[in-house]
Amino acid sequence: MAIITMREALRQALDEEMTRETGVVILGEEVAQYDGAYKVTKGLLEKYGPDRVIDTPITELGFTGLAVGAAFAGMRPVVEWMTFQFGLLAIDQLIHNAVKYRSMSGGQFKCPMVVRGPNGPAEFLGGQHSQSFASYFVHVPGFKVVAPSTPYDAKGLLKSAIRDDNPVIFLESEMNYGHKGEVPEGEYLIEIGKADLKREGNDVTLVSFSKPVAMCLQAAEELAKEGIQAEVVDLRSLVPLDEELVYASVRKTNRAVVVDEAWPKASVGSWIQAKIMQDCFDDLDAPVEFVASEDVPMPYNHTLELEVQPTVAKIVAAAKRALYRS
Amino acid sequence: MRPIKGYDKPFLSALLREMLLIRRFEEKAGQMYGLKKIGGFCHLYNGQEAVCSGAAAGMQRGLDRLLTGYRDHGHAISLGLDPKTLMAELYGKATGCSKGKGGSMHMFDYAKGMWGGNGIVGGQIPLATGSAFAQKSQKDGGATIVFFGDGAIHQGAFHEAMNLAATWKLPVVFVCENNQYGMGSAVDRVSSVTDLYVKGQAYNIPSKMVDGMDVIAVYEEVKAAMDTARTKFEPSFLEIKTYRYKGHSMSDPAKYRTKEETEAFLAQDPILLLKGRMEEAKLLTEDQYKDLDRELKDLVMGCVEFAEASPEPGYEEIYTDIYV
Ligand SMILES: Cc1ncc(C[n+]2csc(CCOP(=O)(O)OP(=O)(O)O)c2C)c(N)n1
Ligand SMILES: [Mg+2]
Repeated sequence: MAIITMREALRQALDEEMTRETGVVILGEEVAQYDGAYKVTKGLLEKYGPDRVIDTPITELGFTGLAVGAAFAGMRPVVEWMTFQFGLLAIDQLIHNAVKYRSMSGGQFKCPMVVRGPNGPAEFLGGQHSQSFASYFVHVPGFKVVAPSTPYDAKGLLKSAIRDDNPVIFLESEMNYGHKGEVPEGEYLIEIGKADLKREGNDVTLVSFSKPVAMCLQAAEELAKEGIQAEVVDLRSLVPLDEELVYASVRKTNRAVVVDEAWPKASVGSWIQAKIMQDCFDDLDAPVEFVASEDVPMPYNHTLELEVQPTVAKIVAAAKRALYRS
Repeated sequence: MRPIKGYDKPFLSALLREMLLIRRFEEKAGQMYGLKKIGGFCHLYNGQEAVCSGAAAGMQRGLDRLLTGYRDHGHAISLGLDPKTLMAELYGKATGCSKGKGGSMHMFDYAKGMWGGNGIVGGQIPLATGSAFAQKSQKDGGATIVFFGDGAIHQGAFHEAMNLAATWKLPVVFVCENNQYGMGSAVDRVSSVTDLYVKGQAYNIPSKMVDGMDVIAVYEEVKAAMDTARTKFEPSFLEIKTYRYKGHSMSDPAKYRTKEETEAFLAQDPILLLKGRMEEAKLLTEDQYKDLDRELKDLVMGCVEFAEASPEPGYEEIYTDIYV
C-alpha cells in the first residue's frame, strides 16, 4: 500500500470525484493558481480548468452562499475555507440557507455541497487563527459533520461527502496535512456515520476525533507500559454519531475518557460525555472523564499554547482517574 | 408612465387581475391575522404589486428562477403558485406550499422557480448568484432574478454577490425594491446615498432606476435585463421605486411617516393607475372591473375556506425533510 500524506489523500479524493462527476466544482480563496493555501488542490486547475477550480475573491459569505445556490440547482460544489475561522463570516449562509431551505420548503430543496478546510488549534497563531468550531455545526440539525484523523479515513470520507446529498462540514487539521499513512491504490468509500476502533483494549475507552486521536494513541502506548490496555475510538463522523460503537466499547471497558481540542463549554466532547453518562450509566464504573482545551483564548507563547490544549500527559492522567489509579 | 399602446388586452388584463388578486389576498391575510388565524411575522405587499407582477411577466417560466425576502406572498402569486396553498401555508396547514413548515416568510415551489422568501435581510442575494452560476455552468439557458429591500442593500451579502456576479459574468438580475423604509428607518437615515441604483456602478453593473408604480415600466426593464442575462451572461441592477401602504409587519402602525406622504402614494396606486389607463384606452369598463374584483374577493374567500378545512401536519412530520 502506498504511504501518502493527508493533503495528498484529500487531493486524490477531489481528483477522483471531479473525474467522476462534472457537477463537482471547487471554490475558494487561492485554490486554483496558488494550489491552495495548504496545497490540497495542487494540480487540479491544470487538470480541470478555471471553470471547475475557481479562485474567489476574499468574500466568504459571498462565495459560500453562491455555492449553496449552485447546490440547490443540482451542482456539487466543494467550498474550501482557507481556515474555519474565516468561515465564521459565512456561517449564516450555511445555517439559514444550506440547512434550512429543505425543511422550510417541506422537502423541495437539497443541498449537496461540502465545506472543507483546516479547523482547530495550530501553532504560533495567536487568538484568531487557532480554535475548533466543530460544535458550531454539530449543534445545528441538517449538517453532516466529518472530522478524520488519518489519510485513509480522509480520502474515503471526502469521497462520500462529495457524493452525499446533504451539506457536509468536513473538518481538517492544519497540523495534520503532512501526516502520512497507508492508502490503497484502488477506489474506496468510507460511510459517513461509522466510527473506527483505532486500538483495542479492555480497561478504558478513549474517545476522540481529528487531531487529538493521535494523542490518544500515544497515551494508550504510555498506559500500556503500566499494564493498562486502552481502547481508542476515532469517531470520524460527529453527525451522524456512531453511538453503537462508542457504547459497545464503554460496555466492554466500563470506563471512558472523551478528548476534544475545543473549549470545554457546550462542546462536542461535553455532549458525548453527557451521552455516555446517560446511556451507559449502568455499565460505568467511574464518571466519564473529559479532556478539552482550557477555557481561554489561544495564547501565542508556544509553551502556553501547547499547555492549554489536550496533551498526552493529560489524557494519561484522566484515564488513570477513571481507573482510580492516580 | 410608459404607454400601454403596444400591449394587447389579454396581456394587460392578466397584469391587472394578478395585481388585484395580490391586493385582495393580502387584505384577507391581514384580516385573518387580526382574527388570530395566522401568527408570527407577516409582511404585507400592498402598494408594491406592480413590482412582482411586472417582473414575473418579464421572466421565462420554466427557465428562470426568482428569490426574494420575507415579503414574499406577491412574488409567489406572480409565479403561479395556487393562492389556496399560500393561505394554507399562512395557517401552517399540511396543504401549504411548504407543507406548513415555512410560513409567511418562506413560500416555496421549486418546480415553478419560486426559490422562496428568506427571513435574513439580504440572505437570498448570494443564493441567487449561485443559482445563476449553476445556470451558466449547466448551460440551461435560464437566468435568476433576486428581490431585496432598500434596507438589505447595506449588507455585505449584496456587495459580495454583486462583485461575484460582475466578475464572473453571471446571468442574474438584482432588484432593490426601494419602498423607502426598512422597518421604521427612512432611506436617508441609514444610507449615504438615496439613489440606490448608483451602487451598481461600483461593480460595473448596468444599473437603472425604475418607477415601481408603473407595471409596464417594471415589465419592460425586467424583461430587457433578464434577456440580457440569459443571452449575454451580463448581470443588471434595477432600483425599483415603490411604497408599502401598510406597516412593516402586522405589529407596525407606521407612525414614522406622515399622512400626507402616504396619501401622495395612495394617489399613485399601481392597480388604479393601470385600471385608469385601460379604461382610457377602452380596454376596460368600470363594470368589468367591479366584476373582476368580486370574482377575486370570492377567490380569496375560497382560499380561507380551503385553509380552514385543511388538516394540520402530523407530529410525525417533525423529523422529515431535514436530511435527504
Ligand atoms: C440580518 C437581519 N437583520 C435584521 C432583521 C430584522 N428585519 C427584518 S425586516 C427588516 C427591515 C428590512 O427592510 P428592507 O430591506 O427595506 O425591506 P422591506 O421590509 O422594506 O421590504 C429588519 C431590520 C433580519 N430579518 N435580518
Ligand atoms: Mg424597504
